[in-house]
Amino acid sequence: MQPSVSIKDLSLNFGSVKVLEHLNLDIAQGEFIVLLGPSGCGKSTLLNCIAGLLDVSDGQIFINGKNVTWEEPKDRGIGMVFQSYALYPQMSVEKNLSFGLRVAGMKRAEIDQRVKRAAEILQIEPLLQRKPANLSGGQRQRVAIGRALVRDVDVFLFDEPLSNLDAKLRSDLRVEIKRLHARLKNTMIYVTHDQIEALTLADRIAIMKNGVIQQLADPHTIYNKPVNLYVAGFIGSPSMNFINGTLDGEIFTAEDGTRIPVGAYEFGGARTGAAKAVLGVRPEHIFIGEAAEGMPFKADAEIEIVEPMGSETLAWTKVAGIPVTFRCSSDIPLAAGDKVVVGFDIARGSLFDAESESRL
Amino acid sequence: MSQTATMSGAPASAPVPEAGPRGPKPKPFFTPKRIIIYTTLVFFSLYFLFPLYIMVVTSMKTMPEIRFGNIFALPSALNFDAWGRAWTSACTGLTCNGLSPGFWNSVKITIPSTIVSIFIAAVNGYALVNWRFKGSEIFFSILIFGSFIPYQVMLYPLVMITREMGIFGTLPAVILIHTIFGMPILTLLFRNYFASLPQELFKAARVDGAGFWRIFFEIMLPMSLPIFVVALILQVTGIWNDFLFGVVFAGTQNLPMTVQLNNIVNSAQGTPEYNVNMAATVLTGLVPLIIYFVSGKLFVRGVAAGAVKG
Repeated sequence: MQPSVSIKDLSLNFGSVKVLEHLNLDIAQGEFIVLLGPSGCGKSTLLNCIAGLLDVSDGQIFINGKNVTWEEPKDRGIGMVFQSYALYPQMSVEKNLSFGLRVAGMKRAEIDQRVKRAAEILQIEPLLQRKPANLSGGQRQRVAIGRALVRDVDVFLFDEPLSNLDAKLRSDLRVEIKRLHARLKNTMIYVTHDQIEALTLADRIAIMKNGVIQQLADPHTIYNKPVNLYVAGFIGSPSMNFINGTLDGEIFTAEDGTRIPVGAYEFGGARTGAAKAVLGVRPEHIFIGEAAEGMPFKADAEIEIVEPMGSETLAWTKVAGIPVTFRCSSDIPLAAGDKVVVGFDIARGSLFDAESESRL
Repeated sequence: MSQTATMSGAPASAPVPEAGPRGPKPKPFFTPKRIIIYTTLVFFSLYFLFPLYIMVVTSMKTMPEIRFGNIFALPSALNFDAWGRAWTSACTGLTCNGLSPGFWNSVKITIPSTIVSIFIAAVNGYALVNWRFKGSEIFFSILIFGSFIPYQVMLYPLVMITREMGIFGTLPAVILIHTIFGMPILTLLFRNYFASLPQELFKAARVDGAGFWRIFFEIMLPMSLPIFVVALILQVTGIWNDFLFGVVFAGTQNLPMTVQLNNIVNSAQGTPEYNVNMAATVLTGLVPLIIYFVSGKLFVRGVAAGAVKG
């Protein structure tokens, strides 16, 4: 099937600063793709290039098979939602929604019908005559989404749409965006720095760093099989525990001499001889008590700090001389100073080459 | 201390207040700080208001009364004769039609100059912020540099240019000159104001398909009232008070009010009529004064919104 959006060898420089470098990305019809990365990684820049708001330095952009590299934003079949909502402050909600259609010279009846449909989908019918200043943050963002909706476009672009909202509203609207996608089945490209948004919304996540896509995969793969140290450290909160050491065959030796058998680990590529490596284990893959019994690696540890989070408890301890965090049920009574046995689920861990930082 | 806190909050069970400070701290009006502030403020307002007072009072006196010498005294009777003469019959050079022709000349110069210069500057500022082109920063720097060059340096070349264009000594010449000289400061003003508006608004309008002029008129202009008021005040007062360009470029038929005021006051013939001079001066200053009074509040708000945020 023809990809909905296809980016071929895209580069963008601001003067001598390379923001995007030879970037390739194919997005399928109806796919929800999230561009995730820290600020300054080029994710918003990429979105602006797709929208046509920035001129690219090199490469091509195709939308529905049509080369739109030199097209104006309005001719690309895209709708865009911005972080700051960007509603026209002097126009009512209805005028905001219909602005693009009026610019395009559409007939009055058709405009009314489209505005009505968008307002109904987003449940903003009672707000149509209000000015943006009289709306709450959540309502404003709905109107902003509506503005993309009325244009009946193939591709929706979201530029950190929820970042200006408070935590409660953010999670509400997150679900609504997901519902909207299930209903409209449009292609959606969504930029965020919030990994929870990325993991919950995406069909596929593209993790970016310095203008390069590090990994493009579904959330489950991204979370469980990160391709390199950067992705492993970026995704997950609290982040993955990393232990530096040497890998020789199926034995990983930490820097302080602790030997960890990694026979249970599923190696991806060819194995080399003894080499410096990094072992990564997520906090929820470290167990205590009975659950630790069957684990391939066990160690004695003393709890240093306990952070009860309600549904679960985070505990900080030291294994092989390195600070390690683990997650456990809040039913288990834990206190600072407790001596416990922790077991590492190596099969679900990750091993990285210390040199190339990529997954072994 | 023995009281237990209750959630019911019934007045009957409220704790008995103890003696001592409670509620807002009282603020006496006459503190040393306030006295100093108000004294200074009153002093300076009097300092600036006094010349105006003398002008208004003198303009209502008769010449014998003025010759009596007590310039601070109030006039013996309300007498607007001097105002009438200043407006209709005072001699400005060779003609004796008062200030009124000059007033209308100034109106004819000020209105088009203000409109043209503000419109062009607004488009300039908008383009410089939102439609960056190659060299736009250099263009802007050159424009700003223009405001540092003294007028006198450019006066003679401009005379030659307007002469070559065939408009020297006419209204279009003086309007053109005012537009040119208003450009640096007004462009800076509008550029900074538009730069303070969220960029995403412009992007959203582009995604919606609006072009250069549509975004300017439908999105940007309705949001720019404060900065337009600032520009309006700057231009109206600046152009109204201008003397140099008026006397050089406008031609003898179109001399603005300031030039005619000068001709009245500096008249070498006869005895100086101080009351008429004072009345003429107040009349000339009336337009900027009214503008400030009417739009002072908006002016302050606009300056804060546009000029400060870089």
